[in-house]
Amino acid sequence: MCLGVPAKVKKIEGEWGWLDVNQLLLKINLSLVPGVKIGDYVIIHAGFAIQKLSAEEGESTLELFKQILEIDEK
Amino acid sequence: MNEPEKEKIKALIFCVKSLCHRLPEPVNLMEVCGTHTVAIYRSGIKQILCHKTRLISGPGCPVCVTPNELVDKAIWYALQSHTIVATFGDMFKVPGSYSSLAEAKTKGGKVQLTYSPLEALELAKRNPEERVVFLGVGFETTAPLVASAILKAKEHNLSNFMVLCGHKTIPQALEKIANNPFLNLQGLILPGHVSCIIGKNPYEFLAQDCNLRGVISGFEPGDILESICLLYKQIVEGRCEIEVQYRRAVSPEGNQEALAVLERVFTSSDSEWRGLGIIANSGLSIREEFSNWDADLVYPAQIGKPIQHKGCICGAVITGLKEPEECSLFGDTCNPEHPVGPCMVSSEGTCGTHFLYQAREIENESPVHP
Ligand code: SF4
Repeated sequence: MCLGVPAKVKKIEGEWGWLDVNQLLLKINLSLVPGVKIGDYVIIHAGFAIQKLSAEEGESTLELFKQILEIDEK
Repeated sequence: MNEPEKEKIKALIFCVKSLCHRLPEPVNLMEVCGTHTVAIYRSGIKQILCHKTRLISGPGCPVCVTPNELVDKAIWYALQSHTIVATFGDMFKVPGSYSSLAEAKTKGGKVQLTYSPLEALELAKRNPEERVVFLGVGFETTAPLVASAILKAKEHNLSNFMVLCGHKTIPQALEKIANNPFLNLQGLILPGHVSCIIGKNPYEFLAQDCNLRGVISGFEPGDILESICLLYKQIVEGRCEIEVQYRRAVSPEGNQEALAVLERVFTSSDSEWRGLGIIANSGLSIREEFSNWDADLVYPAQIGKPIQHKGCICGAVITGLKEPEECSLFGDTCNPEHPVGPCMVSSEGTCGTHFLYQAREIENESPVHP
């Protein structure tokens, strides 16, 4: 039930946003993610954006992989 | 899946296997959240893990931990005149003591499925002659949204909207799980979307006081594999910490705005969990200031003493003590078409997930490996 879906903010009007969810444009309440801008990605749950998504990550998986290879070589 | 993603998954599978061999002894890991249970089954991750790892499903399916009493109340409301029960679809088929909202609807009860609490609010605005009772279930992911709806109801002076409040909070339930000696857990895969709201800090006590490590995980197969790697790594290195794998969405302090709304409308209270009993401060009640929107106070339901379903071992399944297959009703008397307990109804319930993926395996439809 705590399902959240990532979506891109396309348009903002007051506390409402039009978000691209799998190419569907949905009207979502943005009041819980102040400062969100057009083009940002958010997670939506039950009609609200509940958190902004940051681009961070990716690198850390690689880092983890390297560390494990190092343990392996020991 | 594109090439870089495939490469990433391959690397992660390598990491999982390599670390698994290093585990000093077999481990029990619990995925707390129902959405993780489904993702683990769907992606075939269970088959990748070595025999040294047992994955146990936890209490993080809000539908499954909701006691019969709340369902009984919702059914009572649905059968009253000038009253509409608005609910998330997940609760529609959940059996209470005697029947479900779905059955109440066939008897003429008014039940409206809504995707958002704001839809229920709109329903109340459009139907001023009806009471709209919204069935408030869910953890910290959902509770701030229901709190927002209550704030809006107050702002618009909407007196025909009310919430039957059954919200619960995760960390308190985890404390109970962590202290259960029969489970002997070495690590938790912590819920990603609850943590979007509450952040990482409220789990720190688990590592510090309960000696139980955890990783907050996203929901893609790669996220879950990486989280399992991080847990293995902690075990191999003898560390006990709370880490965040789902960094793109979870910060240490969580979503402050959502927490402020939650805090404004709700106050913590003791709450009954199916299978876990009453846990101190694990529930959310509507503050006195908003009592005009609290269904329990404005229009209390008149129901009898709730009764449990004979033979259903949902309580033990939710707490990871038993597997659904150990229930004598599993698959036979109890199936998704005719669920006896809530764990079979919810799309994230452990019994429902086991039933679905067992049936697939029988049909020889091999799971999609990431
Ligand atoms: S199989 Fe059905 S009756 Fe048995 S524990 Fe699961 S939900 Fe309850």
